[in-house]
Amino acid sequence: MDGYPKGNAVGAPVDPMIPRPFRITKVKSEVPGVFSWHLVPVDGGGFAYRPGQFNMLYLFGVGEVAISISGDCRDGEKIVHTIRIAGSVTKAMSSLSVGDVIGVRGPFGRPWPVEPIYGSDLVFVTGTIGLAPLRPLIYEVLHQRDKFGRVIICYGSRGTDDILYEDELHLWRGRFDTNVHVTVHSAPSGYRGRIGSVAAAVRAAHIEGGDTQAFVCRSEVMTKPAVDALHERGVSSERIWVTLERNMKCGIGLCGHCQFGPTFMCRDGPVYRFDEIEHLFEIREL
Amino acid sequence: MVQIEGLGPLVATHPFFADMDGSALETIVGCCANEVFRTGSYLYRQGEAADKFYLIRDGLVTLEAYVPGRPPIAIETVEAGEIIGWSWLVKPYKWSNDARASGTVRAVSVDGACLRRKMEADRVLGYEIYKRFLPVMARRLAQNRERIVELATEPAGFD
Ligand code: FES
Repeated sequence: MDGYPKGNAVGAPVDPMIPRPFRITKVKSEVPGVFSWHLVPVDGGGFAYRPGQFNMLYLFGVGEVAISISGDCRDGEKIVHTIRIAGSVTKAMSSLSVGDVIGVRGPFGRPWPVEPIYGSDLVFVTGTIGLAPLRPLIYEVLHQRDKFGRVIICYGSRGTDDILYEDELHLWRGRFDTNVHVTVHSAPSGYRGRIGSVAAAVRAAHIEGGDTQAFVCRSEVMTKPAVDALHERGVSSERIWVTLERNMKCGIGLCGHCQFGPTFMCRDGPVYRFDEIEHLFEIREL
Repeated sequence: MVQIEGLGPLVATHPFFADMDGSALETIVGCCANEVFRTGSYLYRQGEAADKFYLIRDGLVTLEAYVPGRPPIAIETVEAGEIIGWSWLVKPYKWSNDARASGTVRAVSVDGACLRRKMEADRVLGYEIYKRFLPVMARRLAQNRERIVELATEPAGFD
């Protein structure tokens, strides 16, 4: 697709291996086991990135993890990361408070396309914390709402008490120009919303395949069912964008930790057009 | 409240019976009734005789699992354009869960005993009905398998 950035072409840091100190200005508990940080650079400089990119967050003396940027890339004041407690580093991170300083390397990775998809209908397909890497793109689309057709968001969570960014989902649903479908796996009796899989929500959404671009952020194993549901609605693989995850170390295509087939996710991803990697989903050993 | 007259178009335009042969539709309509369920009312309850299935025309139906000593758990929703209920096809013809209206639900009910008799008498009709039910059952089975994998791989989130 013309104009679609390759690799780390966007917002590449000066020396990508040296962490830059950022101060935590806000800690927000999102849902059980998930929190967000607002970060500002200690040196007072700016930080430019595109929706879909990630940073390596370094907790001094403990370790480093790759985390997607989940805020609004037009926000010149801060960057936002939403982090699930999933290992020793993120567990240690969860005990930090406002005023603490961490190291940030980034931004890295290929972002979601924005300008190349002007004029299209858009559908976002995600579940649980997968909304975090998509939120910057949703913000950007809403900033430029008149440049796009219909906007549909299909989001799934386990229950009614772990819906990430629930307040914003309500806000987006309240807009006249955005359709939001939230589905949960189970709920207390009397719940009035949709219950079932994310793929079922995609099948039920009124998606008109033709000129729709879809953005998927699921775990790797659940990406395929989401894509299958989109195919059923007439959205072809060339119009489906997915973001994937691997353990990252260097973030700049040197160490090979994030290899996915012939690609390095930190450099060639994490955002891929699905037709570029569709064949890799058939190979179990990857 | 049974109301046969005028049901033909409702049945014929429901996606479940799309492209159904006209005379077969006429046979089926003879087993149908128009029904409205108010918010919270039951379409059917676990353990009761499964004597119907429903073509949902409007609204959302929630399937609930009865849990002894605890409030029921809502486990799935079925919406307009879909069907609900296949226990009328499988012995012992008992519902395996509860189905409740989540908001006002408009549906066409199909009398299972009536349709089973007609399917026995007309095997072509019987085959046609099975051909339409099996993909629905297969899809729901596949979706439930997906949900098991989803629950196992996306705990509270993944980073
Ligand atoms: S993380 Fe080192 S090559 Fe990608």
